[in-house]
Amino acid sequence: MSSVETTSVRTAGRPSSGGRRLPLSWVGAVPFLGYVGVFLLLPTVIVAVGAFTVGDGYGLSNFNELTQPFLVRSFENSVILSASTALIGGVFGALMAYAVAIGNPDGILRRLVTSACGVLAQFGGVTLAFAFIATIAQQGFVTLFLLQHGIDIYANGIWLFKLPGLVLVYSYFQIPLMVLVFLPALDGIRPQWREATESLGGGTWHYWRYVAGPLLLPAFLGSSLLLFANAFSAYATAAALINQGGIVVPLQIANAMTSEVGLHSASFASALALAMVVIVATVMVLYSLLQRRTARWLR
Amino acid sequence: MSRSRRARQRLFRWVVLVLLGAFLLVPIGAMFEFSTRGATAGSRTLASWTAIPTYPDLVASIVASLQLAVITSLGVLLLLVPTMIWTRLRLPWLRPILEFICLLPLTIPAIVLVVGLAPTYRWVSYYLSDSVLTLAFAYLILVLPFTYRALDAGLSAIDIKTLSEAARSLGAGWATVMLRIIVPNMRSALLNAGLLSVALVLGEYTIANLLNFHNLQVAIYHLGRADAGVSIAVAVASLLFAFLILTVLAFVGRPPSLVAFSEDA
Amino acid sequence: MATTKAAAGAVEVRLENLQRRYGAVTALNGLDLTIAPGEMVALLGPSGCGKTTALRLLAGLEEADGGRVVIDGKDVTGLSANKRNVGMVFQAYSLFPHMTARQNVAFGLFLRKVGETERRRRAAEMLELVGLSAHADRYAHQLSGGQQQRVALARALAIQPKVLLLDEPLSALDARVRARLRDEIRRVQLEVGTTTLFVTHDQEEALAIADRVGVMNAGRLDQLGPPMEVYSRPATPFVAEFVGLTNRIPGVVRDGSVEVRGTRLPLVQAGTADGPAVALVRPEAVTLASNHPTTSGPLVGTVIATAFLGATSRITVDLGDVTVLAQLPTSEAAAHPAGTRVQLVLRSDPVLIARDEVPATSA
Repeated sequence: MSSVETTSVRTAGRPSSGGRRLPLSWVGAVPFLGYVGVFLLLPTVIVAVGAFTVGDGYGLSNFNELTQPFLVRSFENSVILSASTALIGGVFGALMAYAVAIGNPDGILRRLVTSACGVLAQFGGVTLAFAFIATIAQQGFVTLFLLQHGIDIYANGIWLFKLPGLVLVYSYFQIPLMVLVFLPALDGIRPQWREATESLGGGTWHYWRYVAGPLLLPAFLGSSLLLFANAFSAYATAAALINQGGIVVPLQIANAMTSEVGLHSASFASALALAMVVIVATVMVLYSLLQRRTARWLR
Repeated sequence: MSRSRRARQRLFRWVVLVLLGAFLLVPIGAMFEFSTRGATAGSRTLASWTAIPTYPDLVASIVASLQLAVITSLGVLLLLVPTMIWTRLRLPWLRPILEFICLLPLTIPAIVLVVGLAPTYRWVSYYLSDSVLTLAFAYLILVLPFTYRALDAGLSAIDIKTLSEAARSLGAGWATVMLRIIVPNMRSALLNAGLLSVALVLGEYTIANLLNFHNLQVAIYHLGRADAGVSIAVAVASLLFAFLILTVLAFVGRPPSLVAFSEDA
Repeated sequence: MATTKAAAGAVEVRLENLQRRYGAVTALNGLDLTIAPGEMVALLGPSGCGKTTALRLLAGLEEADGGRVVIDGKDVTGLSANKRNVGMVFQAYSLFPHMTARQNVAFGLFLRKVGETERRRRAAEMLELVGLSAHADRYAHQLSGGQQQRVALARALAIQPKVLLLDEPLSALDARVRARLRDEIRRVQLEVGTTTLFVTHDQEEALAIADRVGVMNAGRLDQLGPPMEVYSRPATPFVAEFVGLTNRIPGVVRDGSVEVRGTRLPLVQAGTADGPAVALVRPEAVTLASNHPTTSGPLVGTVIATAFLGATSRITVDLGDVTVLAQLPTSEAAAHPAGTRVQLVLRSDPVLIARDEVPATSA
């Protein structure tokens, strides 16, 4: 008995705070901070600095170039694409999340759907583009099927490889993403709120209009904002679907990076990238503010 | 809950899940259909699938991506887990910083990051190696948000402060505490984080493409120009693989939240 | 104990032969209960006994498989919850988090299209009633558990319900808050005079505040009566053992009384058949003889443990073949610490008999 006592006294007796201990604790954070510093923060700084680099000095002229019509057009397109897919993904994803949430929380269906959404939300890019090509390109399965029934979806031109096509394809990963992000909020809705509303004399409409609706609104808006940011920054899908041209901002950035116009393009790409970051960061800040409200109510 | 409402809910569930499920499954089915098309209309063949091993570049990129997936997930776990444990136990002030950094890649998307990574990678390919496996450095950053969230959930579920104090009072050193006490209690979170990383790495195209590396998705893209059938066959295969991984995750990992929206009170 | 004076307009509530099944499990097996106007009845029982099910059927949150619910003479069995005009207080988490306390309380009035000035006035009145006027503009997460439940009570009463239902309202609270809030609830209920059904698994709560206590066991009522009666004249062994502590001492029934270790005790149930039985004796009915025992006897034993409960203490006495609990004033218990030999005296209160072959949960 006594030996155990003395052992515990020995280890517990070491000072947990105090001058000599602190630097030692700090060392534990170094590997992570160091790694992140080199591969995340440094590139960010390079982009930020590069955006303001003009020739051998610094200046704002890179940003003037952003006002060129074709670039303004691509920003517009990006906003249209992101807003529309955020809306589509938001509404349908919320419906799907609701369908999952009202079922058995431990059931097979829920696990299957959430894992499927986990894959589909991430797996955009080349695979997705090819999937839609296989589905509704000129030789696609659905296209041919519809043709057999007298419906020609490309009667007015081929839209798959333009903005409307991007909207359709992006929706494919936006909907599952919405399910993943919005589901926790739905899980936070307590059954007592519905029952309390009923006992106070409210019906289904009252419940949604005055209780569940207002409670879920911040989460819905926040999740939709996340979808917006997600669509705005997506590159791979657009690149795989659109062979040339830069109808959205990420494609413009890629073009700027890979074009052969010397050093000029590196800082131009940085300026574009910085502009994109500003937009996405603003959206993400709004998102996190809404998340905080949601967390307070729907813990 | 009244019986009629329960019935209405069930109907709603099935309608929504069937319709949206169809939307999500049709393209995958179409990929299967496309990759098995024969020479004449209406015939089926597995030629595209069996042709996969005949493209050495493709096979090499599949191998490379698998290797990258393993390296990245192990790497991120090795980097994050000790740091997160240490932060909770000893460096509470670091926690908000850690959280911010780990969520940063969501705000600084891959397309932006790659602009800044280009100079760094020139350095890496010159001094270290120009193998495609160096992509792991960048991928580790990309998976940070998802792995952080999974690991954070796992750490929040166990009281590591009490566990570590108990272990320390019995004489355990820090390495023992981490390896023998904390990690075994986080198994599902670790699996979660690891498999999420694997799925992301297998699907990554942006950074690989713009840094001129040949990973799975880049190879699929290039092959798409030459032989659409084979490239789509590979695409389907990789998608199914990722789905398999995440299904395993769903059934082995922590069950979802027990506070359900279900109105079966 | 305060008795309810029925408020003008208080109504009678009747549950008639209620049945409820969940698949293979029968939650309610023919429950009959009548609550007089303005009365507070507590349904007491262990988890799974059906008390919460009964409450929810009364509220209309679930549908019965058989039987009727009658409020104020009207059969409401088929009526949905939002048309029944019942006020309900849940165990926890029932306040709407996006509304202040005042808005929560006024919500039922809002649904009934009461005008804004009138709503504010009534909400203020209700919050005053539960003592939370100062916190009217706080949100749920800014209130303590006890305060939240008080707001929930105010909210339920604001709509002037015909029936007030309380589903284990104190279970999620700390012990100290529980005792205070329990008395608060009773005070409010008496003042407003609404017919009330209170469900709990804590027998102390039920005995302390209810007009009548119904002890439930496996879907049926074992006993319904005033607290004193349920406690001192339990109808079944289950009631005796659920409500308060009991000693189980073997004895023999003969000629209308039971002989327990040399003492004859009267019986609660007069017509009990002769034969061996187990007498259920309350610890308060066991006292110590004033003399120090020198010899051994059927009620002589050694004190093996003392539990200090404040004003009283409970001592455990080993009589050799059986262990008996006695509840004594602390000073007396202190005079007989562990190891002392004592002689027990059984007070001649009527006791209930259990026959060992009969299972504790009798039909």
